[in-house]
Formats: sequence, structure tokens, C-alpha cells
Amino acid sequence: MSTAAAPPTLRRQRRSFVGLWFVSPFLVVFAFVLITPVAYSIYLSVFRDRLVGGRSFVGLDNYAQLFADPKFWDGLGRVALFLAVQVPIMLALALVAALAIDSGRLRGSSFFRIAVFLPYAVPGVVAVLMWGFMYGDQFGLAANLNDLIGSEVVQPLTPQWILIAVGNIVTWEFVGYNMLIFYSALRAIPVDLYEAAAIDGAGSWRVVLSIKLPALRQAIVIATIFSIIGSFQLFNEPNILRTLIPSVISTYFTPNMYAYNLSFAGQQYAYAATLAIVMGVVTAVIAYVVQLRGSREADLR
Amino acid sequence: MSAPTLRTARATRGPRTTRPRAGRRHGSTGAFGRPSTRLTLVMVLFAVYALLPLAWLLINASKTQPELLHSFGLWFSGPFALVDNIHAVLTYDGGIYLRWLANTLLYVVLGAGGATALATLAGYGLAKYDFPGKRAVFATVLGAIAIPGTALAVPTFLMFSQLHLTNTVWAVIVPSMVSPFGLYLIWVYALDAVPTEVLEAARIDGAGELRTFLTIGVRMLAPGIVTVLLFAVVATWNNYFLPLIMLNDPQLYPLTIGLQHWNLQATGVSSDPIYNLVITGSLLAIVPIVALFLALQRYWQSGLAAGSVKA
Amino acid sequence: MSNSARRRIRGVAVLTAGALLGLGLTACSSGTSSTDSSSGSASDDTAAGAAALDAALEKGGELTYWTWTPSAEDQVAAFEKAYPNVHVTVVNTGGANDNNTKLQNAIKAGSGAPDVVQIEYQSLPQFVLPGDLLDLTPYGFADLESKYTAAGWGAVTTADGIWALPQDSGPMALFYNKTVFDEYGLTVPATWDEYIADAKKLHAADPSKIFANDPGDAGFTTSMIWQAGGRPFVSDGDTVTINLQDEGTKKFADMWNQLNEAGLLGDIPGWSDQWFTALGDGTIATVVIGGWMPGVFESGVPDGKGQWRVAPMPQYSAGEDVTANNGGSSEAVVKQTKNPELAAAFLRWLNSDQASIDVFLASGGFPATTADLESADFLGYESDYFGGQKINEVIVDSAKHVGEGWEYLPWQSYANSIFNDTVGKSYLNRSDLNEGLKSWQEQNVSYGEAQGFTVKTS
Repeated sequence: MSTAAAPPTLRRQRRSFVGLWFVSPFLVVFAFVLITPVAYSIYLSVFRDRLVGGRSFVGLDNYAQLFADPKFWDGLGRVALFLAVQVPIMLALALVAALAIDSGRLRGSSFFRIAVFLPYAVPGVVAVLMWGFMYGDQFGLAANLNDLIGSEVVQPLTPQWILIAVGNIVTWEFVGYNMLIFYSALRAIPVDLYEAAAIDGAGSWRVVLSIKLPALRQAIVIATIFSIIGSFQLFNEPNILRTLIPSVISTYFTPNMYAYNLSFAGQQYAYAATLAIVMGVVTAVIAYVVQLRGSREADLR
Repeated sequence: MSAPTLRTARATRGPRTTRPRAGRRHGSTGAFGRPSTRLTLVMVLFAVYALLPLAWLLINASKTQPELLHSFGLWFSGPFALVDNIHAVLTYDGGIYLRWLANTLLYVVLGAGGATALATLAGYGLAKYDFPGKRAVFATVLGAIAIPGTALAVPTFLMFSQLHLTNTVWAVIVPSMVSPFGLYLIWVYALDAVPTEVLEAARIDGAGELRTFLTIGVRMLAPGIVTVLLFAVVATWNNYFLPLIMLNDPQLYPLTIGLQHWNLQATGVSSDPIYNLVITGSLLAIVPIVALFLALQRYWQSGLAAGSVKA
Repeated sequence: MSNSARRRIRGVAVLTAGALLGLGLTACSSGTSSTDSSSGSASDDTAAGAAALDAALEKGGELTYWTWTPSAEDQVAAFEKAYPNVHVTVVNTGGANDNNTKLQNAIKAGSGAPDVVQIEYQSLPQFVLPGDLLDLTPYGFADLESKYTAAGWGAVTTADGIWALPQDSGPMALFYNKTVFDEYGLTVPATWDEYIADAKKLHAADPSKIFANDPGDAGFTTSMIWQAGGRPFVSDGDTVTINLQDEGTKKFADMWNQLNEAGLLGDIPGWSDQWFTALGDGTIATVVIGGWMPGVFESGVPDGKGQWRVAPMPQYSAGEDVTANNGGSSEAVVKQTKNPELAAAFLRWLNSDQASIDVFLASGGFPATTADLESADFLGYESDYFGGQKINEVIVDSAKHVGEGWEYLPWQSYANSIFNDTVGKSYLNRSDLNEGLKSWQEQNVSYGEAQGFTVKTS
């Protein structure tokens, strides 16, 4: 076949359709499972459902109501705070773990690899069950710690500590996941670079700084973005803990919980859809900003 | 990224490189010195943090229901009932746990398997081809997953019920087949791991695009695919919220919903607590994932010499 | 077209039931409150309706029944034996909340709902109001009224129809741990003042013990308000009056404040394994709760065997005798059903046929039927768990003195879901419950208004 003789524009055109073929199976399911509900949510958000009176068109009233809703701001502020603190801590821990396991200076690294990963394999329901027990003030570790210290210092399930308690559970669950992302990226670094560094006499710290971290940049950016999205969508852990401490964790503790309770307890589907759209936009904007910053720095290097 | 060095280095990797990184592992032949005790200590702390709740799970799975309620959580107590508990879990309510396990396997194989396949195809396509709307694709994908899933649940539910898909296995499988993270991972991985030159060579040899993908692309993407597969399996295995609203029939429940169902049996007028079964059932539910991880972990050794290298 | 109108048209067998919905929900609502089928002249119709049920049982068919009652499978087995042409699939929905959510979803989606479903008394209004349930009057269910207590029947009927049949009841009583009482020299309180005094005495002797455990529970609070004479929720068509500071409510709050503000209330979450443990090892000394609790003790608190006893619910003044109901469910037929006669026939058997009720009682359920409540066997039953005490005597007596006129909100599930956001704070901060109740009232008022009701506060 004389493809070599074909003009370049023809080849690029042929490739353009082929690319689309590869992507289309994903896009079809994606459109069905995500785009359509999003579109339906947008449609819903301009209506209002009432027990008395049925559905009526209200334009942007739901949005106005949402921005004036103190429960919304309470939840949003909380996840923003959560994000600002928990994500860096978790990613830093994951990074340390990945670097340590990849370093070649660790005894039994494959044991640590699976040990750190294991929490991710545990279903959320079970994880909260376990930590809920450990936080308990009857048999939990919190109780033992308090006995040791001699005072009631550690009280994870109180309003002052609850966010930290939830943050701990989320960190515990996802450190392994992020560690694995970083570890995979580290594994992709070509051996030659290390050999070159060894020849240059670089010590292990130098290697980390000049070879490993730069190679991880892409992975760090994507892990950050997905953690940000995860934080804004925080739902599972506080929702399950709520059965233990319903007065400490409110029905609007996170925006996602608020949307859930609006829909399933209050039947206010349209308002919940409004909340979903707004949260989606907020999350997307922040994720996009992070991605821009992340890739810009990569380009500058 | 320090572009020039990395790219040239990668160009030489190709499918024929079998340079194992095992050499680095064995002590002082590597450039990085002996095993560090400080590092080991740090990692031991990590491991304790990670494993402590799981130890709780294991220890408490060995207790009977009455014993559970008044013993110290972190040590054994009372008769060692692990085997009894496991037996009870597998036979309770006509062996429904096994049904739930089978359901979960179905959802995982079709859902996670499908997700991996779709993500690999799409990621490869995004990485290696240029086509109109390419940037829009990823922006849309990222944008759509930014919207909180729980709030999309009701529209998804309504949509599925119009199509009479609720309370069927497809209600769980089809949504599991979308893995935007998998897409991104393969995309990024393919950019680096699958050199265009190799694909060009195949094209020149007359191979069709799909054939090239299947024979060359997939092999080079193997570690990435395995990572995506593992994450997809875990996500589908642990999928909770959407099955909760989509499924009414306990015969269709996956393990997560089933366990929570048992957990709820303690509540209310018809209370019948079976916490020991919930805990043991949870323990059993983790075992396959662990096994899978152990089986797949060799794919994270040096890029392509799969199977020939030990940690 | 509005949603509720669309639902009515989409439904099956809606004609009679639709006419009964005189609540004026939509512009195209067809009538006022007086109904055709339930007036005196229609007694022939109802007899015919009842006969139709018998015919349906003969003909047979398939039904789906959603419930979380443990004896359901056994009851259905007995039913299928008696009526072999009918096959009923039992789906265990895992509890009231999940059940309501699933039911709500199925109704909204227009399909997937069961034929017969278990619904707690407090959640009935929210399904009755939008017309989600089948009115049972045309099938002669009015004849069943005498089988049930007045409170039970009142909970499942409105002026416009009969919407469900009672399954069980929960007249409240005081369950106390006799071992703990004896150990600390506590007397069984007959009034709330005595109750509070006992609490203080126990706390002084051993602060680690909990006399009364209340972390903030909507069901408990509403039942207590009920006993105190409060009637905070009154519905009249589209007008709802919410007054959580009426005399009875304040009476309860002021009394309970004495425990709450003094920090004497335990905060162990109900139904948690901690709670079961605490009941069994003497940490919690009393539980004021519905009469179905003995079954819970027997299955969930084996360690407590022999330690607990039942006493009448404490009163506000000596000599009074007013109680309330706490929990309890009914079963109803969903309007979406494709076979209303068969579904109604099954329901009729399920909750009024003695064969079914016997199975239910055998599993520890507490009846709603007067025959069982007054049977000599039932009253004379000596419970091993409760040290040989004739517990049913106490509880049945409570059933006879349940205060009248109580109503739940048309959106009680939602109201209960936000209880802890509001009143819960008062419990958490050990502050004045009245403030929390006011906050709960405010949120209920705004919700009601948002839902299109006219809401008054007095």
C-alpha cells in the first residue's frame, strides 16, 4: 500500500474519523448516563414541585432562593474548608508513601504497598462502621486515649471535631488510591535516567527532586483535581456517620447531603437539581483553574 | 518536565526493552544505598494507620453477636466464632449472601470490564489521534463529573424508569461503565508509553487502526490498563448509592447494599440485630479485592516485562 | 398539566378513588369532600365490592408486597396455603426510611410500585394527600372498623376514605431495669416528677449510669407531646396549623428540660450496637417507648433477660391516665396497582384474618386488633424475659388510654428528617427545648408554604 505517497492532508482527515471511532463507545454511554441527566437537571431547575399545586415554571427563582439559602452556604463553606485542609494532607501522605515504596531503600516494599492500598478496597459503609466504632466513647480508641491522658480531650464525634473526624476517615480511605496513582507514574520513569543520575553521582534526595517530582507533576495535578471534585461531592462518610450523631451532622452538612435530603426526604427535586447545577459549576471552575495552573507550570519548565 | 532527555529516553524503550528495575532493588548494587531504617519506621506507622481498622474487622469477625456487644473492640473475646460466623453469613436467609456475591461479580465483570475497555479505547483515541472537538471531549467529561452524583441520581432514576430499566441489572452496570478517571489515565499514559513511531511503522506495514490498537497499543498500555481495571473493579465492587435507589429487589443487590440491609435489621420495631454477620460479611467482601490486587501487582513492575520480575 | 393530575390519569382503577380526593389539589380536581361510595346508600356497592374481593382470591394472580415486618414471609406462606391461586412476592425493604424513599420514587416514576406496602402511621398522610393510595371503602372495609382500636382506626382513615389497615400498635409504657432500680433504691415512678427525682438520685449515686436516654428522636418527642395533650399539627385540606408551642407541647418541653438542661439525658444513639449493649449491661435504666419493645428486648438484648419490667407510663399529675402511641405501622394498597381487587383482598386477609394475625403475634408483634388485645391468653401471658410479669396487661391498659385527636403533618417524614437539625441542637447543647421546637416549627412552616399549603401558627 502506498500510504507514503498519499498527501498529508488526506492522511490527517482519515485519522480524524478514526480517532472519533475510538472515542465514540465511551461517548455514547457517557452521553446516556451523564449528559442526559445533567440536561434533565437543568430543565428541572427552572420548575418547582409542590404537594399542593403540582409543577410550575418559576424561571430563575430557584437559583435566587439557593443563593439566599443559609443552609447552602453553610455546607459550601464546610466543604471548601475541608478541601483546603484535607486534600493537601492526603496528597502529601500519598506522595511520601509512593516515594518511599519506590525508593528501593525500603525493606518489604511490596508489603507496604498493599497495606497502604488496602483501605481503598474497603466499601465506604464498612469503613465508616469501623471508624465509627473507634471514635465511640464507650469501647472506642477515643475512650482509651482519654483514659490515658486522663481527661476528655479526644472527642471525635462532637461539633468541634467532627470535620477532622470525617477528614480522617476520608484520608484513610483514599491515601492508598492516590499513592497508587503516584506510584504508577513513578514506575513509568525510564531506568536510563536513574543510571545517568548515578553516573553523575547524584544522591537519593537529588534524584527525588530532579527526576521523580517533575515526572509526577502530571499525576499530582490530576490527583488534585479528582480530590477536589471528591471533596466538593463529600457525601458517603458524613451521611453514614449521621445515623450515630444526627444532631451533630445536619441534613445540610455538605451540599451533596443537602441535595440528597431535599430530593428524598423533602421531595423538592427541582430545588435539588438547582443545587446540583450550581455545585457542578463551582467544582468545574475550580478544577479547571487547578488544571490550568498545573499545566502552565509544566509548560514553563 | 525536562523534555528532551525524557523523550529520547522514552523513544528507546519500545516493546523490546526488557530492562528490569530489579537491579535497583537488591541492596547495594543500586545507586541508592542500603535500606533506610528511618524510612522503614515511617512506613510502619503508615501501615499501622492503614491496617488498624482492618485488624478491628478481623478480630470482631471472630466474635459472636452477644460477645460483640460488650467486649473490648481491639482484642479477641469469648469463643472463637470466625468459622461459625462465616458459615452463618453464607447460609443466612437462604444463602442470600452468595446471591449478592454473584450479583456483585456480574456487575464488576460487565461494569468494570466495560469501563476499562471503553476508557482504553477512548484514551488511546484521544492520545494518538487528532480530530475535531477533541478538546471539547475532555472538557465535557470533566465538566459532567463535576456535578454531584447524588443530585443526578433522581433524574437518572426517572430516565431509567421511563425505559423500564430500573430494578434490573442494567441499572447498575450501565452507569458503572463510565470511568472518566480511567479515560484520563489511559490518555496520559498513552501519550508517553505508545510512541507514534511504532504506530506509524505498523501502518506502513498495512495494519488497520483497530488491529494496531489491539496488537501493539494494548500491550504497551498494559500497566495503565491494569491500573484502570483495578480502580474500576474497586469502584464497582464498592458501588453503593446508585444501586440503592435503582434496585428494589433484594435478589439483585450487590454486597454493599446487602450488608447495609443487614445492618438496618437492627433498627425499629422488628429489630433483629445481626452485627456479627455484617462484620464477617464485610470481611469476606474485602478478600476478593485483596486477591485481585495481589494478582495484578506484578503489572506495576518494570513497564513491559510483565511477569518476569519479582519485587 | 400538573403532576398530580397526570398521576391520576396514568393510574389504574382510579375512578372511584379519584372522586374521593376532595382535597382540591389541582385546578382540575373533580369534586368536593363528600364521596359517593362511602355514603349510606352505597352499602349495596360495598357488599358487592367485598364479594368482588372473594372472587379475585378465587381467580388468583400475582402480587408484590413491600414490608420490613419479620413475620411477613410466614404470613404470606399461610396466605398462599389458604388461597393457592394467588402468589405473593415479599420484598424486604429494610426499614421505614428506605421503604418510604423507594415507594416515593416508584410513585414519582409512575411504575415499579408494589401492590401492597407497609407504611408507618406517621407517614400515611404524605401518601394519602397526593392520592397515592387506593381507597378501600368500595370494598366493604368499613365493616372492619370494630376490629380495631379507635386510635388505630383513626390513624388509617380520613373523612374521605379508608386508606390502610392497622398492623400493630405502640401504646407507650415505661420499661425499667429492676436490677438497677433495686440496687440504687429507686421507686417505680408514677409521675414525671417522680421520674425526674429518680434520675437525679441515680446520677448522684453513679454518674456513669443513664436513667433516661434521649439523644433527640422525633418519634419519641412527638409521642411525648401527644401524651402531654399537645396537638401541634392540625390539617384541614390545604390549610395546616403548626404550633409547637401550644400548651401541651410546652408542658412536655418544660418537664423534659429539667432533665435535658441538667445534663441528665443519655445520648447513646438509638438502635445502635452501643444502645443494645447499654440496655443489656445496666447502663440504661429506663426506656419509655411503644408496646412492641418486648420483641426487641428478646431478640436484641439477650443479656437483659430477667432484669427488665414494664410499668405504666408516668403521668403529669397523680391520678391521670393518658398515654400515647409510639410507632406502629399499617399496610395499604398502592393506587398504581394493576389488580386492585386482589391487592385489597390480600390486605384484608393480612391484617384482619385471625390466621394471619396469629402468625404476626407469634413473632412478637403487638396487635392492633381489639379481639387480640382483650383475649385472655394475651392478657395472661407471662413473659420469661420480663421475670414472669404479665406485660400485656400493662400495655393493653395503655392502649385504652391513648389520647385522642392527634394528627401528624402531611409531610411528617420530612419534618422528622429535619428534627435533629433544629430540636437536636437543644439536646446537643443541653439548652431549652422550647427554642429548638420553635426552630423546628419555623422550618416546617417555610416548607409547608413552599409546598403550596396555607400554614397558620395558631
